[in-house]
Amino acid sequence: MLVNVPGPWSPLLGRLALSEIPYTNPILAPLFIVIVLAGIVLIAGVTYYGKWGYLWKEWFTTVDHKKLGIMYIILGLIMLFRGFIDGLMMRTQQALGDGPGDNGMKVMGAIHGYLAPFHFGQIYSAHGLIMILLAATPLLVGLMNIIVPLQIGARDMAYPYLNALGLWITTAAVFLIMISLFVGDFSHNGWFGYAPIFELAYSPGVGVDYWIWTLELVALGTTLGSINFLATVVKMRAPGMTWGRLPVFTWTAVSANIIALTSFPCLQVALALVGADRYLGTHFFTAGFGGNLMLYTNLFWLWGHPEVYFVILPAFGMLSEVIPAFSEKPIFGYITMVLASFAIAGVSWIVWLHHFFTMGMGPYVSTEFSIATMLVGIPTGVKVFNWAFTLYRGRLTFSAAMLWSIGALFLLLIGGLTGMMLAIPAINYMVHNSVFVVAHFHMMLLCIVYAVFSAIIFWFPKIYGFKLNEAWGKIMFWLFSAGTFLVFFPMFMLGFMGETRRLDWPFNPQWGPWFDVQEIGIFVYILSVLAFLWMLYVSIRDRHANRVHTADAWGTSRSLEWLTDTPVPFYNFAMVPHINALDEVAWRREHGFMDKKPDHFKAIHMPNNTPIALYIGALTFLVGFGLTWRVWWLTLASLILAVILMIYRSNKGDPGYIIPAEKMEEMDRESKARMLSDDSHQVPHGGGFSGGTVTAYTALDRDASGSLTPPNDSRHL
Amino acid sequence: MHAQDKVVDPNEVVLWSDDYEGHDVISTRTFGFWMYVLSDGMLFATLFAAYGVLSYSHSYYTGPTPAQFVAPWYTFIQTMALFLSVLAYGFAMTALKSGSKAGVVNGIIASILLGGVFLGLNIHDVLRMISIGVTPETSGGLSAFYALTQVHAAHIFIGLIWMLVMLYQIMRQGFTEDTVGRLISLRMFWQFQAVMWVFIYIFVYLWGYMS
Ligand code: HEM
Ligand SMILES: [Cu+2]
Repeated sequence: MLVNVPGPWSPLLGRLALSEIPYTNPILAPLFIVIVLAGIVLIAGVTYYGKWGYLWKEWFTTVDHKKLGIMYIILGLIMLFRGFIDGLMMRTQQALGDGPGDNGMKVMGAIHGYLAPFHFGQIYSAHGLIMILLAATPLLVGLMNIIVPLQIGARDMAYPYLNALGLWITTAAVFLIMISLFVGDFSHNGWFGYAPIFELAYSPGVGVDYWIWTLELVALGTTLGSINFLATVVKMRAPGMTWGRLPVFTWTAVSANIIALTSFPCLQVALALVGADRYLGTHFFTAGFGGNLMLYTNLFWLWGHPEVYFVILPAFGMLSEVIPAFSEKPIFGYITMVLASFAIAGVSWIVWLHHFFTMGMGPYVSTEFSIATMLVGIPTGVKVFNWAFTLYRGRLTFSAAMLWSIGALFLLLIGGLTGMMLAIPAINYMVHNSVFVVAHFHMMLLCIVYAVFSAIIFWFPKIYGFKLNEAWGKIMFWLFSAGTFLVFFPMFMLGFMGETRRLDWPFNPQWGPWFDVQEIGIFVYILSVLAFLWMLYVSIRDRHANRVHTADAWGTSRSLEWLTDTPVPFYNFAMVPHINALDEVAWRREHGFMDKKPDHFKAIHMPNNTPIALYIGALTFLVGFGLTWRVWWLTLASLILAVILMIYRSNKGDPGYIIPAEKMEEMDRESKARMLSDDSHQVPHGGGFSGGTVTAYTALDRDASGSLTPPNDSRHL
Repeated sequence: MHAQDKVVDPNEVVLWSDDYEGHDVISTRTFGFWMYVLSDGMLFATLFAAYGVLSYSHSYYTGPTPAQFVAPWYTFIQTMALFLSVLAYGFAMTALKSGSKAGVVNGIIASILLGGVFLGLNIHDVLRMISIGVTPETSGGLSAFYALTQVHAAHIFIGLIWMLVMLYQIMRQGFTEDTVGRLISLRMFWQFQAVMWVFIYIFVYLWGYMS
């Protein structure tokens, strides 16, 4: 059954051999040493400060959706940085390697620039995979994890243990792709893979195998997560949280996760079939023996296009939370916003062919997919207009979060319009596979990154109890935007000048000036990374000064997550709120109920921590690693162990634990005492239920005659 | 009318959910499992699509086509075994309604045995085909044939392990929220695999035999 691999193989180590470790590579070897040293420092530091127990108890074994979300975001930010370094290397290669003749630096066998084609190919493949699936996806999943349960008034996700499992499986995928740097090679077939180059005959190394199993692991983790989100929103909404009162972000999470749930299996099958070709010698995608090359491309993009909407929809949701809060108005066109999300999700299923119009399926098929693709523009346009009308005559505050959101709108506009151009087959035939396409989808994906930064700044105080430094957030925004402009506008130009994508040697000297501009842009990006780190440092240093003393950190926020204490206690809400309106917090502010505390408490039930999710995650990594290197005993042993652990956990069950009502009352009192200070009762200046100013901060009361009047100490505006 | 025009009486308004008992665990689980079944359906749909694309005559290269090696009558016995297994599981679930532990255990044992028959026949059939040179390495068409049928068989295998685990749990723990929830999910899983088998039987075996 199993195919014979070219090169040595042993039962004990599979294809592993010392020669697979690139210790002579002048980039990877120092990097490895740096990582090992940093790891040693980290481990020594944690040991020195005696924090292992804390990390284990509070983080590694946790099932708390907020902590899991934070870990997802940390993971996503680390991978965003890794992907950025890949980008920097690609830009530098093209800037150095541009022009005729051999202009290489004669290192690592490079004839052009400083990277050989084989290295360059690995970098762009890893970059794409990392940015879409291991940076953007964890960032979005992390934010959904934290915010969705809070927005619907739930204490946790529907399946807290499954949630932890999703995180650790995603982490296993991250480890797998990171280890490919130092053990063996990564794929050089692009992030989406070309048939039949990924077949064993043409890619005999382990690169493609790393690619397959990394993707399979994220796909598994994300599917588990999407089941969890859907069950949470459908089943765990607090009383009164009707579908018509669901915040827009939660709605977009629902639509996005419907996409994920239904589309990721396509990816899993497509890649499993590639795996079958490579491991079992089947002929799904081979060029001969009755295989079908385009079958792969179809199956991949059948997932691939819904996936791009899986990542953009939550970003749209974030914009829909930040913009109203800083415009002090409710979102314009709530219902159309929701409908548009689902329209986008639906149409995303019938457009996948626009990724390969040049396959040549004839005018009728192309026309259908062209029109379907353009249809996406309608609901997207509705959304853009809704945001614009939300801003219109709003009382705008240009905080850092707001700047990121507005920046995202501009990128969305450019990305959407160029997408429209690409949707026209006649144009597509001219620019397909050029860097014009690359510039198009970077506009879209950067729109997501902008929305994520906006959301991180916006929700940070809710989770940590202090705000991020505004000034540095803005400096970072401007630097990042300058970088975006300098890198991607030349890219559109280069696309028009005919530069095809993925060139390790851009031969045309006329492209040179644009590459230089892009290289400058990359350095501006570096500055913005530094500004981000500095922002974190300054904010943590000044955390006492930036403490938030109210439940509603911005004073003008609207949805339910702002009702509970800041920082959010582990039980989320001491008493589950009853929801009375869309934008519950704005409604309570309007009517002066923000200060009203529950007058009695109830016992609550919470799940126990468990290390099993972490163990299973680690085992899935071993399964992936064993499969990549064809170490069969390792693969089988890890798989069986993982199944045994699952059965063990299922037999044991989790009774959870009960916190009695008196304890809840005490914890709530302490949490409030920590949060509040003297100035926390200031009347907010705006953000009323329907956009006006707030008239009363304390509830209206009945006077002697029985009519409702405001109490004396409340301020009328 | 604007909402802020309405004056809300602070003494009447309900701000906290006093008599909210939390979500229903079993129904939440069942819903989540429905979602899983949906994704499993997509998995099969993709495999069916691959099978469809790889079932042209040129997909079989120079090797045999299904008409030359499938045995619909043999597979019909498999079909019956699987259906009876689902039926037995259904009896276990009716026993669950009346709270009869023995009924549930017996039903599941019967279900396991019949599922085992299905799987045994499948393995036997695969060995037979391989012995006459019908292997997944022969052609794209046969690769797709094996992928679809054996992914289904793998689901059946997992279902059998799950049933064994449930037997153990019911005998040890009886009917708890956990075990009952799992029994309901397992029913969905098992019935869904039977439905998928109907499609496989029709499109792969019957259709394959006739074309
Ligand atoms: C919403 C977020 C979007 C994202 C994240 C996104 C992402 C992408 C990606 C990654 C590709 C390149 C695939 C590749 O060749 O590697 C692509 C191509 C394409 N996108 Fe988008 N896109 C988005 C929206 C749109 C919209 C709104 C349209 C049009 C209405 C559009 C139309 C296209 C077309 C036609 C192509 C194919 C270009 C070609 O390969 O020739 N996209 N998009
Ligand atoms: Cu697309």
